[in-house]
Amino acid sequence: MEQVVFYLAGTVAVASALLAVSHRNPVVNVLSLIVTFFCVAVNFALLGADFLAGAQVLIYAGAILVLFLFVVMLLGAPTVPPEENPRPIQRVLGGFLAALVAAGGWFFFRSLRAGVTPPPEAGDTAHALGRLLVGPHLFAFELVSVVLLTALIGALVLVKRKH
Amino acid sequence: MIPTAHYLILASVLFAIGAGGVLLRRNGIATLLGIELMLNAANLAFVAFSRQNGNLEGQVVVFFVMAVAAAEVAVGLALLVAIFRRLQSIDVDRLSAMRW
Amino acid sequence: MWAEVAVAAFKLVVVASMLLTIVPVMTWVERRGAAFIQDRLGPNRVGPWGLLQPVADAVKLLFKEDVTPAHVSKGLYFLAPAVAVFVALSTFVVIPFAKAEGVTLFGVPLEGLIVAPDLQIGVLYLLALSSLSVYGIVLAGWASNNKYSLLGGLRSSAQLISYELAMTLAVLGVLLAAGDLQLSTVAEQQAKMWNAVPQALGFLVFLVAAFAETNRLPFDLAEAENELVAGYHVELSSMKFAAFMMSEYINMTTVSALAVTLYLGGWGLPGVNLPDGWLGLGLSLAIFMAKVGLLLWLFVWVRWSLPRFRYDQLMRLGWKGLIPLALLNLAWVSWGLTQGWW
Repeated sequence: MEQVVFYLAGTVAVASALLAVSHRNPVVNVLSLIVTFFCVAVNFALLGADFLAGAQVLIYAGAILVLFLFVVMLLGAPTVPPEENPRPIQRVLGGFLAALVAAGGWFFFRSLRAGVTPPPEAGDTAHALGRLLVGPHLFAFELVSVVLLTALIGALVLVKRKH
Repeated sequence: MIPTAHYLILASVLFAIGAGGVLLRRNGIATLLGIELMLNAANLAFVAFSRQNGNLEGQVVVFFVMAVAAAEVAVGLALLVAIFRRLQSIDVDRLSAMRW
Repeated sequence: MWAEVAVAAFKLVVVASMLLTIVPVMTWVERRGAAFIQDRLGPNRVGPWGLLQPVADAVKLLFKEDVTPAHVSKGLYFLAPAVAVFVALSTFVVIPFAKAEGVTLFGVPLEGLIVAPDLQIGVLYLLALSSLSVYGIVLAGWASNNKYSLLGGLRSSAQLISYELAMTLAVLGVLLAAGDLQLSTVAEQQAKMWNAVPQALGFLVFLVAAFAETNRLPFDLAEAENELVAGYHVELSSMKFAAFMMSEYINMTTVSALAVTLYLGGWGLPGVNLPDGWLGLGLSLAIFMAKVGLLLWLFVWVRWSLPRFRYDQLMRLGWKGLIPLALLNLAWVSWGLTQGWW
C-alpha cells in the first residue's frame, strides 16, 4: 500500500515537474507545479510529517502558486519568443549540468545503505514542532518574521509606480 | 517499507528538473518556478533525513525554508512585474543592461 | 478491518449526501428569503410554497445545452468547475457534527461523528484545502478568455488571499485557547463557555472573512452582476454553471459548520449534558444543524440587506481593518492564557 502510494506520487511528481519547467505556456507551468507540490505533500505525509504536509498545501499550493498565477494573468501569460540567435552549446551544457545533478544524487544515494525509513509514529508532529520553534529555534523564528516583513516592504517598493 | 534512499533519489531528480528549468528557460516565470521546485526537493530530502534520524530538527528547517521561499517569491514576482513594465517582456536574457 | 472501512464509507456517504441536499434547500431558502425581505412572493408555482422549484431548476440545468464557446481554452475550462466542487466537497471531513458516545455500527464505535477522526492536523487540513478553492474561480476566469471573466478571476484571487489571512489569524486565537488542531478537541473545550464570548472580536473577524471567502455579498466582487455581468461564470453554461453554484452553497455550509465548531460550541449546548447512545446522537445532530441553519440564514439575510463593497474598500477593510483586529484578538487570547482565564 505504502509502496504503491510512494511510486505513484513519485512518478506523477517527476512527470508534472518536467511539464512545469518545459511547457511554453506559463499557466500550464504553474498548474503542473501545483500537481508536483501535491505529490511532495503526499510524500511528507508518508514520512509522518503531517503538519508539514498540511503546511505544504496551504503555503505552496494555496498561497505561493496563487501568487504566481495572479502575476501570470496580470501580465497576460507572457511567453518568450524563440531566440533569434540560438546558442546550442550553452543549452546542451545546461541540460548536461542538470542531468549531472540527478545522476549524482541517484548514484550517491543508491550507494548510501541507510536502510529503511522507520515507520511514522502515531501522534502529531504539530505540538512537537511548535515547541521546537518557540523553544530552541526562537531566534530563527523571529528572524524569519523579519525576513517576511522585509520581503513585503521590498515587493511593495519594487512595484510602486513613481508619480 | 520504503528505503530512505528512494525518497532522496526522488528529491535529487526533482532538484535536477528544477535546476534544468533555471538553467535552460529564458521565461522569468519558469525560472522562478524552477527555484521553487529546487527548494521543495531540498525540503523533501530534509524530511526524509528527519524521519531517518527520528528527530524533528529537519522538519523545523523545512518550516523555515517554506517561510523564506514565500518571501523570495514575493520579491521575485515583484521584480518580474517591474521588469515587464520596463521591457514589455520577461525574457531574462534581455536583462543585460547594467543600469536603466 | 472491513467493518471500519464500512463505517468510514458510511460517514462519507452521509456527509456527502447532506452537503448535496443542502444545495437545493438553500437555493429555495435564498429565493424565498429574498422575496420575503423585498416584500414580494418569490417562486411559489412548483409544488407547495414553491418547494419543488429547486428540482425544476436542477432538471432545467441538466438538460440545458452545454455550450462550449469557441475561444475558451478547453482543458482548463472543463477543469475549473470540477476543482470548485472537489474542494467544496472534500473540506467537511474534519468537522465533528454530532456526539456519538456509546454508539456502534457493525460493532465499530463511531468515535464522534466526524469523517476523519484520526487526522491529527484537523483544521489545518480544512484551511489548506479551502485555500485551493481560489483555483476554481481563477481558472474559470482565465479559461473563459473573456475580459469580464478575467477581471472577476483576478479580483477574486486577490480577495481570497487577503481574507484568508484574516480568517486564519482569527482561527489561530481559538486554536491557541484549545491547544490542539483537532476540531473535536476545540468543540469539547467549549462545554462550559462558547468561544464566541471571550473571543467576540475573533468571531466577528471570522464571520466577515467567511463572507469574503465564500464570495457572498457584500463581497461578491468576483461576480458583480452589474459591472462584470457575472464575472468568472459568464461563459459557463448548464451543469458547469451549476457546479459553481453548488460549490458556493457547499462552501457556505462548511464555513458555517466551522464557525459553529470554533465559536458556538459545536454540537453541544453550554451546561446541558446530552445522553449517550442514539438519542444523544440525534439530539446533538439536531442542535448542530439548528446552529448551522441560523448561520446560513445570516448569509441570506446579509446578502439581501447590504450593498456591494467597492474593490478598494474591500482591500482596505481586509488589510487595515480585519487583520489588525485579528491580531488584537490574538494578543487578547495570549494575555488571557497567561492569566489562566480559560
